[in-house]
Amino acid sequence: MTALLEVSGVTVSFDGFRAINNLTFSIGPAELRAIIGPNGAGKSTFMDIVTGKTRPDSGSVLFGDLSRSLLKMTEAQIARAGIGRKFQRPTVFEDQSVAENLTLALRAARSPWRVLFWRPTAQDRGRVAELAEQVGLLDHLARKSGELSHGQKQWLEIAMLLAQEPRLLLVDEPAAGMTPAERDLTTDMLVEIAKTRAVVVVEHDMEFVRRLNCKVTVLHEGAVLAEGSLEHVTRNKDVIDVYLGRGE
Amino acid sequence: MQTSRTNPSLTVFVATLLAFAVLITALSEGYGTGHLSTSFIKTLGKTLCLGLAALAMDLIWGYAGILSLGHMAFFALGGYMIGMWLMYARTREIVEASLSGGGLPATPQELEQGIASQIFGVVGGSDLPFIWGFAHSFPLQMALVVLVPGVLALVFGWLAFRARVTGVYLSILTQAMTLALALYLFQNESGLRGNNGLSGLQNLPGLADVDQATLSVWFFWASAAALGLAYLLISWIVSGKFGSVIRAIRDDEARVRFLGYSVEGYKLFVFALTAVVIALAGALYYPQAGIINPAELAPTASIYLAVWVAIGGRGRLYGAVIGAAVVSLLSSWFTGGRAPSIPLGFGRLDWVDWWQVLLGLTFVLVTLFAPKGLGGLFDALTGLRSPNRRGAALGPDQGALQEREAQK
Ligand SMILES: Nc1ncnc2c1ncn2[C@@H]1O[C@H](COP(=O)(O)OP(=O)(O)OP(=O)(O)O)[C@@H](O)[C@H]1O
Ligand SMILES: [Mg+2]
Repeated sequence: MTALLEVSGVTVSFDGFRAINNLTFSIGPAELRAIIGPNGAGKSTFMDIVTGKTRPDSGSVLFGDLSRSLLKMTEAQIARAGIGRKFQRPTVFEDQSVAENLTLALRAARSPWRVLFWRPTAQDRGRVAELAEQVGLLDHLARKSGELSHGQKQWLEIAMLLAQEPRLLLVDEPAAGMTPAERDLTTDMLVEIAKTRAVVVVEHDMEFVRRLNCKVTVLHEGAVLAEGSLEHVTRNKDVIDVYLGRGE
Repeated sequence: MQTSRTNPSLTVFVATLLAFAVLITALSEGYGTGHLSTSFIKTLGKTLCLGLAALAMDLIWGYAGILSLGHMAFFALGGYMIGMWLMYARTREIVEASLSGGGLPATPQELEQGIASQIFGVVGGSDLPFIWGFAHSFPLQMALVVLVPGVLALVFGWLAFRARVTGVYLSILTQAMTLALALYLFQNESGLRGNNGLSGLQNLPGLADVDQATLSVWFFWASAAALGLAYLLISWIVSGKFGSVIRAIRDDEARVRFLGYSVEGYKLFVFALTAVVIALAGALYYPQAGIINPAELAPTASIYLAVWVAIGGRGRLYGAVIGAAVVSLLSSWFTGGRAPSIPLGFGRLDWVDWWQVLLGLTFVLVTLFAPKGLGGLFDALTGLRSPNRRGAALGPDQGALQEREAQK
């Protein structure tokens, strides 16, 4: 099986501090992967590199069937190539309605000229409603997203991610601020999405990761410490030392 | 039309503009009772052009969040481009008349020489600089009204946005642009008559027997039509997904990139589009003003534009137009020496001197206490209230609080 995303030998330093240290990571086209690791391990920075926000000092990042390098592409080009991202802190456009947020994310032409003349078809409206329903926001379509609760914003951002129809989803701490019931819904949804796409989930909460029931990568000080099933990595002595031993 | 359904102010605005135009025409010297002087009609026509400029400023600042403090440079450039044709064609008529006095028709060389020395005599020149190469043709010079500011905006915008210059730095850069352009035009070598600028623009070639009272109404109508059309165009632009994208860029441009939109491309598009709209406004303004010189590109002119939009209420199109109209009319009243001075015990408060202070103070007060500006009055009238967050974003953790505020 060829990988969808292949990160190899990537290193990033911020003012001499190595946030990512010779990191190698790969994920298949329809795979669910959890990344865990203590605060400051470099999980968010890893996502910054893949999405083009941060440029690595060395290493390579290849994506897609043709193994295109992402390093020379802008953030927008990478997004259009099929990588969607959910941020650690929910970032939706608070001044705009839920429907507008979803419409923005909807898969369609992105150039200014095409967008200027774009008008929603019945199919587009249907898709927006469908996505909103999926995350329980159907009754809130006309509301400004700034009025939503923290958990609802998380949901909206997940729906926006789906609207983009990416091939790879990078999801940073999706369950923060959610009730236990909402968390369970989120895990079910992520598992479902990963049947057709690649999904990388960063999460601190072990119970959440357990429910995902997938391969786990443990990051520590910018490098992979261990990889395998949750049972496998939690038995690993290094992992217990740096992560679990701290009562996480 | 979808635009008018989502935006009831559109119909109201266009209807008001039309009623205003009819009323003014009925009171004009040229076509009506003559209650309004020709110079006042010109002032009103110019005010409509300023409203048009403010409309474009609102698109780029209020909607896209780019505080350009150089857009009046495009206004002046539009004026210069149309002014070149007006001055050339008008001078040509005069020179032709005087040369044909000798009996024989003038040769093209004589004509050319005559025009050049008429126009450039004041700066000691007698040749037409090459940038006047199109000045003989109305369509070509009209094309330059759009192309010169448009291309300048594209080049400047491309350099600035590609380097991801944002916020205050971008504002400073645009100020530098307009200042540099003004200093360049002040030089006689720029080929646009240095600090003399272009004059006599109120006379339209071929229309010598139409008096200014009539012409002023024509220009007033042209300005009103341009404002109305631009209002329709910009309402349409901001009502759709494009408007949604640029507002998103204003609020969080990094996030917009991760949705796959080229933020730089959108900024460049809006920057160039607004530059062209403002240039057209300038091309309608200066024939009514009669004269243009490099002082029109002073950095403060662009700052005024931003102040009008802020006082009118940015992010709502009619607010920008109202702001420009109210402030510029008040400004010409106060600085025109017609406002009565107020005697104080220790001296007199002279409005010519104190108007600027009053304007500055108003700007500060509006920013602090009425961020929605004059446009906010309409919200108050229709009973819309929004929570006062003192400029803070809707924090992610206070979702529930926002909910309560919104239901109030
Ligand atoms: N732009 C930056 N400049 C300087 N240092 C940075 C920058 N971004 C990240 N870092 C540092 O890199 C390290 C890794 O940060 P990162 O945000 O990737 O951690 P994380 O694993 O996501 O942690 P958390 O679980 O707290 O989200 C941290 O020590 C952080 O301070
Ligand atoms: Mg993080």
